[in-house]
Amino acid sequence: MNEPLIKIRDLHFARGDRAIFKGVNIDIHRGEVVAIMGPSGTGKTTLMRLIGGQLKPDRGTVEIDGQNVHALSHDDLYALRKRMGMLFQSGALLTDLSVFDNVAFPLREHTDLPERMIHDLVLMKLQAVGLRNARRMMPAELSGGMARRVALARAIALDPMMIIYDEPFAGQDPISMGTVVDLVHDVSDAMGLTSIVVSHDIKEAAEISDTIFLLSGGKVIESGSPIKLKRSTSPWVQQFMQGLPDGPVPFHYPGTPFAEDLLSGSEASDYD
Amino acid sequence: MIESVLRGLGRWGLDLLWRLGRGHLFLWEILKGVPETFIRFPLLIKQLYSVGVLSLMIIAVSGLFVGMVLALQGYYTLVDFGAEDSLGVLVALSLVRELGPVVAGLLFAGRAGSALTAEIGLMKSTEQLSGMEMMAVDPMRRVIAPRFVAGVISLPLLAAIFSALGIIGAYLVGHVQLGIDAGIFWSQMQMKTDWSADVVNGIIKSVVFGVVVTWIAVFEGYDCVPTSEGVGRATTRTVVHSAFAILGLDFVLTALMFGG
Ligand SMILES: Nc1ncnc2c1ncn2[C@@H]1O[C@H](COP(=O)(O)OP(=O)(O)O)[C@@H](O)[C@H]1O
Ligand SMILES: [Mg+2]
Repeated sequence: MNEPLIKIRDLHFARGDRAIFKGVNIDIHRGEVVAIMGPSGTGKTTLMRLIGGQLKPDRGTVEIDGQNVHALSHDDLYALRKRMGMLFQSGALLTDLSVFDNVAFPLREHTDLPERMIHDLVLMKLQAVGLRNARRMMPAELSGGMARRVALARAIALDPMMIIYDEPFAGQDPISMGTVVDLVHDVSDAMGLTSIVVSHDIKEAAEISDTIFLLSGGKVIESGSPIKLKRSTSPWVQQFMQGLPDGPVPFHYPGTPFAEDLLSGSEASDYD
Repeated sequence: MIESVLRGLGRWGLDLLWRLGRGHLFLWEILKGVPETFIRFPLLIKQLYSVGVLSLMIIAVSGLFVGMVLALQGYYTLVDFGAEDSLGVLVALSLVRELGPVVAGLLFAGRAGSALTAEIGLMKSTEQLSGMEMMAVDPMRRVIAPRFVAGVISLPLLAAIFSALGIIGAYLVGHVQLGIDAGIFWSQMQMKTDWSADVVNGIIKSVVFGVVVTWIAVFEGYDCVPTSEGVGRATTRTVVHSAFAILGLDFVLTALMFGG
């Protein structure tokens, strides 16, 4: 197999005293759709920001297309980001611009295309996400699902080589869920994009991905095709894939045991 | 007890130094983006409108009233000494040297500075700034620098408008209401107001205040805790810190300019 597009090696990252990653290794090949999964709070969003160069790891490297993201100069990092699309959980649309202008934003910032051509390109991208007729609306008038579709259109405006989605399925109603699943699939298929889907929605992620990486306790605990993971005998993997509430992966945020907390009496509080 | 007070003091001091350091690095980053601002003129024009033009109303009205009050107060003091002819000089010097830059600066911090902080803080808390970074658009250059330049250009102009309207207000009260001779009012003012000592020094003050207030406003927005509570606090801090900065710097600048 050829050299992976994204190579994460021995990644360590801590927030304060809390270690979020303790040695993560991930390879992502060109054209693949990869799901990075794990329970809420494992650091999926953090990993995405490390890949995008917005956070610096304490140790380890992230290499994209042969470039070490965290060793790049400001200008080189920005040049690399032009080839990356990133979809934030909130959509992160610019609230003072219309849907059309949001999608046109990267084109106007990074190209000298005539306005006539930008118009056509934007309409094509909006057509792809089914929102061509919503182009005059403002972000505040969109539902959460629509906002994320506009953000998707914007993320693919510059025809990037890869795209990262943060929880694209979270909070979608059943209909828009189906639409978003199809969209993620179509976008990677039609454009040959390398796609990284960061998610905790097992069913949808398994449906579209070629490879799944399961994160827990700061490490990748299992990786492979969705079928391989479903057949895995590891209790960790089974717990997550079947969505069992508690098991080897604790449901509770780490800390003191419940009984001890109950016995300790009242909570120190500055409320009174 | 004492230990915890000392510890709190130490933490406060470190925090302050840390913020000051970040603030200065931030200013350096802004300054690197300033030349580009003049190339991307439409962005600057838009900010000049929302930072400058939208502050015009409060500045103009306040200037007029401050001038009118100054004239009334000045007249009743001066008339005891038979010096009411100097009313024009008194008002003009007060406004041009002090009140124009200082009061316009305070009003500007309350109107435009707080709005800047809130706007940038909201962009941060809704991930718009992060989103821009990932679209390879540097928010320092696209968002912060144009706002900074607009603020630095706007405040001196607003301060000048404040002073001018204040003088007109004083003329209305002094001539129309109190019956001071218009010729004397204007000629005394013209004779006793020095271009470089009074007007230029006032302009220098307003430029300094413009830099400092806008710097505080954009920094507080960019550095805020990205929650609704954090944005609210940052907005308050902008107004309070700007007020302290203006009053403190005014004292220093006055001592330097008029003390020697
Ligand atoms: N800005 C921050 N400051 C401190 N801790 C944070 C911050 N952002 C996230 N965290 C912590 O880092 C952990 C991982 O967060 P995140 O990457 O958002 O998880 P996920 O996306 O997997 O739900 C969480 O425990 C969260 O409390
Ligand atoms: Mg997340």
